[in-house]
Amino acid sequence: MNVSHKILSKSQLSENVFTVEVEAPLVARARKAGQFVIVGISDDYGERIPLTIAGVDTDKGTIRLIWQRVGKTTAEMADLKIGESIDYIAGPLGNPTHIEKFGTVVCVGGGIGNAPLLPIATAMKEAGNKIIGILGARTKELIILEDEFAAISDELIVVTDDGSHGRKALVTEPLQEICSRDPKPDLAVAIGPAIMMKFCCRTTKQLDVPTQVSLNTIMVDGTGMCGGCRVEVGGKTKFVCVDGPEFDGHQVNFDLMMKRLGAYRTQEQKASAQYAEHRCKIGLTDTIRKKQ
Amino acid sequence: MTDDEKLLQQLLEKQKTGGLKPSDRFAIPSQPMPTQDEVERRSNIDEVALGYTETSARLEAMRCLQCKNTPCIEGCPVKIRIKDFVGAIADGNFGEALDIIKANSLLPAVCGRVCPQEVQCQAPCTVGKKFKDVEKGVAVGRLERFVADWDKSGDSIPEVAPATGKKVAVIGSGPGGVVVAADTRRAGHDVTVFEAFHKPGGVLVYGIPEFRLPKAIVQKEIDTLTKMGVDIVCNFVVGRTRTIAELMKEDGFDAVYIGVGAGLPRFMGIEGEHLVGVYSANEYLTRANLMKAYKFGKGADTPIAMSKKVAVLGGGNVAMDSARTAVRLGAEKVYLVYRRSEKEMPARVEEVHHAKEEGIEFCILQNPKRILGNEEGYVTGMECLKYELGEPDDSGRRRPIPIKGSEFTIDVDTVIVAIGNGANPLIGQTTPGLELSKWGNIVVDENCKTSLEGVYAGGDIVLGAATVILAMGQGRVAAAAINEYLTGKA
Ligand SMILES: Cc1cc2nc3c(=O)[nH]c(=O)nc-3n(C[C@H](O)[C@H](O)[C@H](O)COP(=O)(O)OP(=O)(O)OC[C@H]3O[C@@H](n4cnc5c(N)ncnc54)[C@H](O)[C@@H]3O)c2cc1C
Ligand code: SF4
Ligand code: FES
Repeated sequence: MNVSHKILSKSQLSENVFTVEVEAPLVARARKAGQFVIVGISDDYGERIPLTIAGVDTDKGTIRLIWQRVGKTTAEMADLKIGESIDYIAGPLGNPTHIEKFGTVVCVGGGIGNAPLLPIATAMKEAGNKIIGILGARTKELIILEDEFAAISDELIVVTDDGSHGRKALVTEPLQEICSRDPKPDLAVAIGPAIMMKFCCRTTKQLDVPTQVSLNTIMVDGTGMCGGCRVEVGGKTKFVCVDGPEFDGHQVNFDLMMKRLGAYRTQEQKASAQYAEHRCKIGLTDTIRKKQ
Repeated sequence: MTDDEKLLQQLLEKQKTGGLKPSDRFAIPSQPMPTQDEVERRSNIDEVALGYTETSARLEAMRCLQCKNTPCIEGCPVKIRIKDFVGAIADGNFGEALDIIKANSLLPAVCGRVCPQEVQCQAPCTVGKKFKDVEKGVAVGRLERFVADWDKSGDSIPEVAPATGKKVAVIGSGPGGVVVAADTRRAGHDVTVFEAFHKPGGVLVYGIPEFRLPKAIVQKEIDTLTKMGVDIVCNFVVGRTRTIAELMKEDGFDAVYIGVGAGLPRFMGIEGEHLVGVYSANEYLTRANLMKAYKFGKGADTPIAMSKKVAVLGGGNVAMDSARTAVRLGAEKVYLVYRRSEKEMPARVEEVHHAKEEGIEFCILQNPKRILGNEEGYVTGMECLKYELGEPDDSGRRRPIPIKGSEFTIDVDTVIVAIGNGANPLIGQTTPGLELSKWGNIVVDENCKTSLEGVYAGGDIVLGAATVILAMGQGRVAAAAINEYLTGKA
């Protein structure tokens, strides 16, 4: 039995961020907020990459994936057209987010982190929580899913590094203000680049607001076999794919995690450059930006 | 005619005229396994052991004394009729030999290559005892491999009984899962194998490297399953995509076999284990094997460290495979760091031998104290301690004791940790009522039945890290129990 994963719709959310709605009936049926999938675009030589599930349509049996073009595989995926298929999608993986009525939940999303954050914020809203959203990015074009967040947030703050949209600030600035309110929020959920999560956690720790983060480490199997996804949480080794992806942000060693995330940077840049050259040859125009 | 062919001719003549005496048999030289050149093979991933010729196989088989008490069979975990199949090879009846093996083992091409014969069938062999050297015993594994490779009947499909209308779910496509799928399908059940990875085969495809077990051999077994009508569903993570309860209550599966293998690699718990360049053997081998990282940038998309100096920690097969893979990926220096002495290494003797031939430096009676790194978080070295052997411990092996003040540093950029695995936690976490041991392994009875009705388990998830043949053996037991259970079930 082979499950097909045909792309039903596709769009570009910002220069390097893409989204598809793709057939994955088994995943759609089982998935819960906070879970992710492992995707591969070629059985034999492809790479397995973890992507969060940004949305689902259980009736149609589809899921929504959002990804940023950073390496060769994500670039190749960006070149897939509607009607084409992704080779395989395994999942849903990871533990679902623990959803309950906490009271006020502040949801901080940075860049592509808005994608995994949206289903969690939505589920928190549905559970009766008051949602304060904070979305941040370098510049206006990189703020994704703003309308979707506006629809579920009781209060939404948008910030950009360059002030091209919303406030000119880092997400930690409004986060600090909100956590200083009386009463302070009951929970913070922060998802984004590791460096952003690190500073969000520093802020919320000082103000004593419990904080959940969702980690996006390098993975291979996603079933707890390889140990590639390991992180240090509270001084202990944890495996993101089976123990996470969500952890108490105040316990996570982000510095170690950031180093591990960079493990293959040089190799990936080489592969991306090769692929960019290949794209030029076959007449695909759009250029590939180097990873930051 | 080669010397070997002449010798075989002479022996056959003699057999016709008066039979071979034990002394004649002892005089036949133990047949070496031809191998790929030890330098050349360091830069390719092709199989190292090339296999016997018909002549060398028959000569080796003629060394067998056909003992009445067959100690070899006692040593075999699945009780293959070794004496008989070896005898058939000596007579040149290779097809008969294969049939004898297949009555007990479904994967001779795999087992002939990877079983630790020197501690199983070959350990008690009378010929080895006579020479006081296990390696001089009859080379049962090499003979098993010979007949399996000789088999040209690749397309013959085992007969399948008329449909019973019962459904069996097999979770995991390692050797245990493959055997359960074949045996339950033969009984006429509707069988589905669920595999989390995008390719079936379990450790045989993601762990054990190509140079020791070519993927094509495993693929052939998988293809046979498909031809028998077994449905193989990849990218399906039981516990997540569907729970066991859902498979049984909603999807109509009458029985389930859990063969999900080992999981969660162990680390040493020392400083520096999170540095970039520290791998579990599982991750390193999966990247190299399944994901073909050795072709990174030349077609394959999965990267792996481009190591120059590698330390592998451990002394088992997994450690040997990691070290030998590192050599093939271009490492200039590979150290194998092991806490005990070489005698205690659990790896197959042949692998230790091949590893040494390939230039791997054995650092025995040493153990790392911490892994050193630079500012960017990359491994730069490893501090080790020297050990000596003390009194025997619970396992009967002499306990290694660190020598105070013996610290020294080796210069490495990659550390591969191959000191074993814990149990895969996913099934346990998502299957209420399934009894687990305190280490998280699934508890089963002598029929491989778990604490849940209709649910069976075997292989590494039950035994802890074990062997292919033990996983296969449990698969056979579980399949027989499942077939019996389903016959009784309305
Ligand atoms: C590098 C290495 C070298 C080895 N060398 C030898 C050797 O020389 N000789 C020897 O006898 N033994 C060797 N072994 C041990 C041997 O490979 C194992 O004992 C044997 O493969 C165990 O078989 P199994 O049936 O338990 O399943 P495994 O081979 O462990 O396969 C389990 C399968 O289940 C899948 N799975 C896991 N979780 C799920 C899930 N939730 N849903 C669906 N599928 C799932 C996995 O992806 C995997 O494919 C070696 C092991 C390794 C790692
Ligand atoms: S113990 Fe050795 S010599 Fe005796 S039957 Fe077995 S393989 Fe032959
Ligand atoms: S990705 Fe392999 S253990 Fe988590």
